[in-house]
Amino acid sequence: MEKAVRKYWPIFVLPTIAAFAIGFIYPFIQGVYLSFCKFSTIKKAKFVGLANYKYALTDASFYHAFEYTLSFAIVSVILINVIAFMLALALTNKIKGKDVYRTVFFMPNLIGGIVLGYIWKTLLDCFLSLIGQPLLALNEKWGFIGLVVLMCWQQIGYMMIIYIAGLQSIDTSYLEAAMIDGANSLQTLFKVKIPNVMSSITICLFLTLTNGFKLFDQNLALTGGEPAHKSEMLALNIYDTFYARSGKQWKGYGQAKAVVFCILVIVISLIQLRATKSKEVQA
Amino acid sequence: MSEKQTPGKIILSVIIGIISLAWVYPVFMILINSLKVERAISTTTIFKLPTAESFNGLDNFAKALTSQGFAQAFGYSLFITVSSLALILVCCSMCAWYITRVDSILSKIVYYLFVFSMVVPFQMLMFTLSATADRLDFDTPYKICIIYLGFGAGLAVFMFTGFMKTIPIELEEAAMIDGCGPLRTFFSIDLPVLKPTLISVAILEAMWLWNDYLLPYLVLDRKKYTTIPILIQYFKGSYGSVQMGPMMACILMTILPVIILYLVAQKYIIEGVVAGAVKG
Amino acid sequence: MKKKLLSAILSVAMVASLLVGCGAQEATAPAAAPAAADEADDDADEADEAEEVAEAADGQVYYLNFKPEQDEQWQALAKSYTAQTGVPVTVVTAASGTYEETLTAEIAKDEAPTLFQVNGPVGLANWSDYCYDLSDSDIYSNLTSDSFALKNGDEVAGIAYVIESYGIITNATLLEQAGYTVDDIKSFSDLKKVAEDITARKDELGFAAFTSTGMDGSSDWRFKTHLANLPIYFEYQADGISDTKAIKGTYLNNYKDIFDLYINNSTCDPKELASKTGDDAENEFAEGKAVFFQNGSWEYGNLTGKGMTDDQLNMIPIYVGVGDEANQGLCTGTENFWCVNNEASDEDIAATLTFINWCVSSDEGTQAMADMGFTIPFKAAKENPNVFVQADAAYTQAGKTPVSWNFTTMPSEEWKNGVGSALTAYAAGTGDWDGVVTAFVDGWASEKALAE
Repeated sequence: MEKAVRKYWPIFVLPTIAAFAIGFIYPFIQGVYLSFCKFSTIKKAKFVGLANYKYALTDASFYHAFEYTLSFAIVSVILINVIAFMLALALTNKIKGKDVYRTVFFMPNLIGGIVLGYIWKTLLDCFLSLIGQPLLALNEKWGFIGLVVLMCWQQIGYMMIIYIAGLQSIDTSYLEAAMIDGANSLQTLFKVKIPNVMSSITICLFLTLTNGFKLFDQNLALTGGEPAHKSEMLALNIYDTFYARSGKQWKGYGQAKAVVFCILVIVISLIQLRATKSKEVQA
Repeated sequence: MSEKQTPGKIILSVIIGIISLAWVYPVFMILINSLKVERAISTTTIFKLPTAESFNGLDNFAKALTSQGFAQAFGYSLFITVSSLALILVCCSMCAWYITRVDSILSKIVYYLFVFSMVVPFQMLMFTLSATADRLDFDTPYKICIIYLGFGAGLAVFMFTGFMKTIPIELEEAAMIDGCGPLRTFFSIDLPVLKPTLISVAILEAMWLWNDYLLPYLVLDRKKYTTIPILIQYFKGSYGSVQMGPMMACILMTILPVIILYLVAQKYIIEGVVAGAVKG
Repeated sequence: MKKKLLSAILSVAMVASLLVGCGAQEATAPAAAPAAADEADDDADEADEAEEVAEAADGQVYYLNFKPEQDEQWQALAKSYTAQTGVPVTVVTAASGTYEETLTAEIAKDEAPTLFQVNGPVGLANWSDYCYDLSDSDIYSNLTSDSFALKNGDEVAGIAYVIESYGIITNATLLEQAGYTVDDIKSFSDLKKVAEDITARKDELGFAAFTSTGMDGSSDWRFKTHLANLPIYFEYQADGISDTKAIKGTYLNNYKDIFDLYINNSTCDPKELASKTGDDAENEFAEGKAVFFQNGSWEYGNLTGKGMTDDQLNMIPIYVGVGDEANQGLCTGTENFWCVNNEASDEDIAATLTFINWCVSSDEGTQAMADMGFTIPFKAAKENPNVFVQADAAYTQAGKTPVSWNFTTMPSEEWKNGVGSALTAYAAGTGDWDGVVTAFVDGWASEKALAE
């Protein structure tokens, strides 16, 4: 059978591979190359070696963006997952109206990041104004809180759905066995429920972590990096370096930053992959 | 476990009910402000309901619809989402089938490249991809789907291959012996079994396509085309004043169809997300 | 079997486009690629192709517009021009605050803008590679004064197409209620006296002297850029220069005085200023909650749109207590210079030059510019209904000297943001004035050095 299929490659794989070459492979390779160049358009690229990387790695705003992204990712991963897991526990408890709640919590996922950013900017500015605090654009602390709140609002529903599926797939005999053994609900949670949804937890951690690291739309619409790049995350910092500053040198810097960013995300993913694999062995 | 509502459960339900208000309120806020006159929407009055004086009827909606080309942008967003989705589903499922069924080094390399592409952030490619698209003239809503097929293939191929591996090969072999060619085998045997995965890939990709901002912003020909997320930016003036009323109306008109669609098809959407997550 | 057919077509299309794609990278004539790629696609593109043929013959104009407020009027003007001459004119407006990034993205494309704008010498430094020399153009000869041309050495790189004025917009009706007229304010001390008197009687009068000083991105440019222009202007005047690598900050105390006056006599407590936006300030003024509102001629449309009438509105100079106040006019200048892309084809450059000259010399063009609220520095300019523009003309006629716009020499956006943050901190009481001075003087030197 394999032989028969094999010669059908122009129909089965070629369209996708062709598009993939145009939409990913070629731009990717070119992007890596351009990170070593000074350029304003691709035609006018001039090879400059590692100069761009030297700038990118010593740029204070890039470093700040890295720290900011990291702390944002950590805070949002913890908050989103804890709250989502608690909601999932509550909603698997057969309480009244659980279907309605599930619907409501998931809803924000369907709204795009840009739109969400504007909604929350309006809302938070009004709130800050009422409590006499500086607006988001001037307020580093609240900019951070705002981003976290926004991401929680958007993603809790999604993670909750995954946790609910995980919790529901636990074999009821385990739970019954625990009850017979006289375990209280806290013990059941830690000894039975959590170990059995470990795979859901890894998935959710991974999703929230990468979402946090790659965050762009929400950052752009909510704070736009204000005040003075203080609330700028990595993706936005790269975009700003690339497009918002004029002058040839900036494009190269931006591209070099992008490569660094890319490597960073790949490393996180590899760690994740490892973690998932080792968990699977244990389970 | 009993289905009875113990007092504890009722309290829990009430608490969650209160929390869920926080999820509904922002949408409600957009609604009330979209009905107010411009003057009544400032940082201190966002939370106030419209009064007889500040009520503006549907004026903001009319303004948003006429002045900024909302209908056109909506149309382009819809067209791009639907066409790219169709292309991704058809091409990627076929591609995934081929690379699971044909066991060669090339298949493996291609597979890992797709997985790799899922991880790479868009910023890495933003300049080169838009330059490539510009040179190949893919900067129209009619052709941007090819870019989306290329850039969105990773997730789709990954999810499809994950599922393909579980389809027993015997079914296909039987069909082949009966004289079906590979194409027919794929479409009549595999595709029907693949339906749940198709739905979940469709949902995940559609959520991304519909809301995507930076890719169309950089790739599309700005002289002619805008999509909804790009349009929202245009309510700000050059000296910083924002047309809040029309902007609120525009946001509402953007999210309402999505919410309605969600309420209608939520069973599929939620199942799709779960399936996608478990395989991802 | 329809699906089979469909997939076959799709794959053919993909192969075709890929091959064409590869070809285009090697071929020296990129124009061949679009034509071939079209074969595999929708008939919708046939219209595009037809368009392209026409364009090649006559040249076309692609204008990247900076001002979102005038987008609709530009579109209408472009359409009308195309209808009359057959020359396609495309106007794209960058979303607010994204002009630089839009231009960066668009200029790299095959069909790059043929007409774009820079904000002055600082902007020109980044874009001079793309500026076509306009010294022989008709539009240059139509300028009323050579000072409205942006020079790059001997070349004319940009032409100012709109002149704007800013000052303190005054609600004349409220001022009268407080017992004064516009003529009572002739100097900084007059302004201070009036403002402080209004503040003292705030409760009785029911309005404040100044609108709130919104310090967020929608409004902080009024202070970190426009107001900051005054100490720079007077320093340049005193030293007889037009740009500098190191600002001394001679008149920063006057800058402090006027800023103090704004924040201590406004509708709200200085600490709350950081929670106000430009929209808030505009609404306060339109609703009669304040007499003074520092802003520019571009606000005319917004204010009349919010129900204010011409007889209520006036604009007075921003007095800071330096120089010859009796002869000080409004701050008048421009940061909008048109540049023509020298990388465009000759036909496109010719078409663009003809178009911009038509805009500022033909009857319809000048009328449209006036309707956009623009005062244009060209011989054929039409009278402008904007009362602030008329106020500026009246000041000039009375022999007063306009304050020029020197913020086009400010080192960078970074510098402005630094000053803005320091001002905000000062207003909120979390920072002191020394912070502003540091951001102003030291920031200037370091940012100018970076731009070298």
